[in-house]
Amino acid sequence: MSLLSPIKDHHSERRLFIGRAILASIVSLVLLGTVIARLVQLQVFDHELFAEKSQGNRIRIQAVPPIRGLVFDRKGRVIAENLPAYQLELIPEQVDDIDDTLARLAGIELIDAADIPRYKELSLRGQRFKPVTLKLRLTDEEIANFAIQRPRFPGVDFQPRLVRHYPDGELVAHAVGYVGALDTDDLQRLDKTRYAGTSHTGKTGVENSFESDLHGDAGYRHVITNARGRQVPASSSDVLESLPIDQAPGPGSNVYLSLDLDLQRVASNALEGRRGAVVAIDPTTGEILALVSAPSFDPNLFAVGMTSEQFGELQNNPDRPLFNRAVRGAYPPGSTIKPMLSLAALETGATNLTRKSVCIGYFQLPNDEHRYRDWKPEGHGPVDLHDAIAQSCDVYFYEISGDLGIDNMHDYLTRFGLGRQTGVDIVGERPGLVPSREWKRNNFRDRDDKRWYHGETVIASIGQGFMLATPLQLASAAAVLGSKGVRYTPHIVAAIEDPLSGERRMTMPERLPDVEISNEFYWDNVLEGMHSVMQGPRGTARAVGMGAPYQMAGKSGTAQVISIAQDEEYDEEEIEERQRDHALFISFAPFAAPRIAVAVIVENGSSGSSVAAPIAKAVMDEYLGYGASNATQ
Amino acid sequence: MRLSETQRFLAPKSGPTNFGRIIANLNIDGPLLGGLLLICVFGLFVLYSAVGESNRLLMNQIARLGIALVAMVVVAQLPPGFLRRWTPWGYVAGLILLVLVLFFGEVGQGARRWLDFGVRFQPSEAMKLAVPMMTAWYLHDRQMPPKIGQLLIIAILIAVPTVLIAKQPDLGTSLLIAASGVIVIVLAGMSFRLILGLGVLAIPGALVLWNFMQDYQKQRVLTLLDPDSDPLGAGYNIIQSKIAIGSGGLFGKGWTNGSQAQLEFLPERHTDFIFAVLGEEFGLFGVLGLLALYMFVIGRGLYIATQAHDTYSRLLAGSISLTFLVYVFVNTAMVTGLVPVVGVPLPLVSFGGTSMVTLLAGFGILMSIHSHRKLLPH
Repeated sequence: MSLLSPIKDHHSERRLFIGRAILASIVSLVLLGTVIARLVQLQVFDHELFAEKSQGNRIRIQAVPPIRGLVFDRKGRVIAENLPAYQLELIPEQVDDIDDTLARLAGIELIDAADIPRYKELSLRGQRFKPVTLKLRLTDEEIANFAIQRPRFPGVDFQPRLVRHYPDGELVAHAVGYVGALDTDDLQRLDKTRYAGTSHTGKTGVENSFESDLHGDAGYRHVITNARGRQVPASSSDVLESLPIDQAPGPGSNVYLSLDLDLQRVASNALEGRRGAVVAIDPTTGEILALVSAPSFDPNLFAVGMTSEQFGELQNNPDRPLFNRAVRGAYPPGSTIKPMLSLAALETGATNLTRKSVCIGYFQLPNDEHRYRDWKPEGHGPVDLHDAIAQSCDVYFYEISGDLGIDNMHDYLTRFGLGRQTGVDIVGERPGLVPSREWKRNNFRDRDDKRWYHGETVIASIGQGFMLATPLQLASAAAVLGSKGVRYTPHIVAAIEDPLSGERRMTMPERLPDVEISNEFYWDNVLEGMHSVMQGPRGTARAVGMGAPYQMAGKSGTAQVISIAQDEEYDEEEIEERQRDHALFISFAPFAAPRIAVAVIVENGSSGSSVAAPIAKAVMDEYLGYGASNATQ
Repeated sequence: MRLSETQRFLAPKSGPTNFGRIIANLNIDGPLLGGLLLICVFGLFVLYSAVGESNRLLMNQIARLGIALVAMVVVAQLPPGFLRRWTPWGYVAGLILLVLVLFFGEVGQGARRWLDFGVRFQPSEAMKLAVPMMTAWYLHDRQMPPKIGQLLIIAILIAVPTVLIAKQPDLGTSLLIAASGVIVIVLAGMSFRLILGLGVLAIPGALVLWNFMQDYQKQRVLTLLDPDSDPLGAGYNIIQSKIAIGSGGLFGKGWTNGSQAQLEFLPERHTDFIFAVLGEEFGLFGVLGLLALYMFVIGRGLYIATQAHDTYSRLLAGSISLTFLVYVFVNTAMVTGLVPVVGVPLPLVSFGGTSMVTLLAGFGILMSIHSHRKLLPH
């Protein structure tokens, strides 16, 4: 090869190379000079801009959740508070062997072995530095137990937090409701800024309907974080001093309920062991004084969090403790509507104060074999309106039902607030149902079903058939009766208090259009009939009202349980028990100037006057100062 | 004059101290070694901070540095003539390995770059030395400056491995390898008219190349032009590294105190973007210090090239030195947002073993060229 090439001139070649090397050096210097110029630009001229950016990079705003407002009863006793509790947390990235750690935690009985797969999934799913809550509320014993063993569990620790606590949980569960952990729906619905950092929200009752007052406003603080948003401890104090000023959270407002815990307790005790509801209202304001649905549950379970097993037990309990019978239970009102229908009949001329029926124990429509029975098989004999109310004569009302007509019934019952939501400040209220021709036309498909039959008017006159009312509606109606037509929207929140200034915003009673009856005597006569129910010689509930130190009025009701649900299984005794009629009672006292109106429903209680009436009386006794607790004082 | 190996070993060539004697007898170039070691030690400090003060990763890097230094010393013992004779075989073997990679290579990070013969290695790393060696070998016996026909052959010698590596795909490495070959022919005296002509041709060439580029490579170019268009995606690296460097200012935030690096805003902070950690924690002065060390090493390499006694040694030494400069430039320009992110590590500082071995082996060749020059015929 070298023979074919020209002779190499090493000296010229070296000179050529040196020339090129010098040139390359110059190019090199230019290139590096460009980089250096760029560095000067970034590090000298734009330094402040980038310094600011790097500061902004690492300072994150972290939400500080507000402290939830407290709930008090009308006498300032605590119904819902926030207690510090310790929760057990696991930080996935600090745990070497997640299976082993969870297994050992189960071994010292801090967590349930059955929950291990769930916690493992949670640990693997989220961001590795975000703590996973293993247990929401540790007992003192568990804290002590874990504190000793903490060195064995790197990455697991307990953290303080505030937990909602209901000191009289079961007593107020259906009235005040409960808070529960935020779920996906909540996250979509709620304002993200306000709820940043919040873990729980009101799910039912006042906790839910006054959520916006109770919650408060989130504050924020500045923390130093890394690129993945994980908070890192500030290394020096000057860094902390350079942080912008934090915003403290605005605590939630305190809520004062019109509820009276003593009255609540009396009502609750009176319902003990039964399924039913008691609602007591102040007729002069519409304030709810007691609201009990039995059986109840412990709302603290929701605030602290329960196992799915516990929740299943609550949900599948045949007595349905989670069901708020007071506002969501719709029952046939039975004879409790008779006073209202009496007023309607007087006002429309379907009857008058002197008209008498001879009750023979049943009623028949013309050209119809069917016997509409009175509750008293042998009949009440001759009765006028007053007697018909006092003795709850069904035949009297059967007879006037034709003249009164279903549409007048619907009209007047609606004026008393039945058949539509009362507008109470508790969510989930049911409207009940007051049927009418129009309703039937709109809600049935078959032509025959769309028609209104005369027989349906007959049974509607004693509150049976399609008619449904909630205990709250009946209590409200009793209040309207007691105050001779003055209506207020029932409400349970009496005042809202700013926790910082102590300033209270009272709930103004919302007065609705009065139930207008043209003749004052009509009122007197009907209410006198109700008075006789309890304190007249032949009243259905005279056994309850006799000898009481104050005057009261009431009306019993009995609602037929048409059928039991087919998919439920009970033993024979149980079936019998659950086929019994519901017992209802409405009442108010003192008779002359009512201060309290009560509605009671006892499911399968058989008799309104002997089962439900004593419960109503106990509540009124307590409120008017004749109760057992007052006697001992 | 010729000295026997024994005489050469016994007779001190330079340096009054024992240390100087020993390294001279090991064919080690003192100034070059000093410069390289300073870069490596400085690099280890930066790396220690960049890996979050992890001793494990630091020890890993020190071990690799040790292996690389051994490789450098071993290579320094091989006379240039020996290297030259084996160059074509090495080049062909490298090409075969590159082809094997395309078919049997292991996939990592979306690219097929590694071969596993018990030890995992990247054949493309070996080509970083094999391509300039082959180019220099081809020109060794020929009259300088090279003629057009010879340049065409050289173009093929360079293009084949470049394309094979670009197909892995490893755009950064393939461009660096092409550069190392091109540098050889520029140093060999290729005429400026040709260079200029090729430069003009490069424009349509670039357009063709654009069409052959992978989407992620196109994205990198587009992102360079406007990093803010994709601040959380492709532009994130550049934005964060500019913030890191810029916020470092003149004196830096102090060692292990860089918030961008320590709080993990800076991606790839111990590999390709380690220069940003240096800029953030040591400031402009720290950066200039490192660049000065690089300049010293490159300058020493070019000096060694000018002192070389034959064409092969001269061209190879020049190419190795200037390719090193290209590494430094591409990495620092990329981290400061001057050129697209092409995935070139900062030589001798970025975490990673193979490239360090290749680099120090290359400097071993420089040392060999320098210390063996008197033994070669003029």
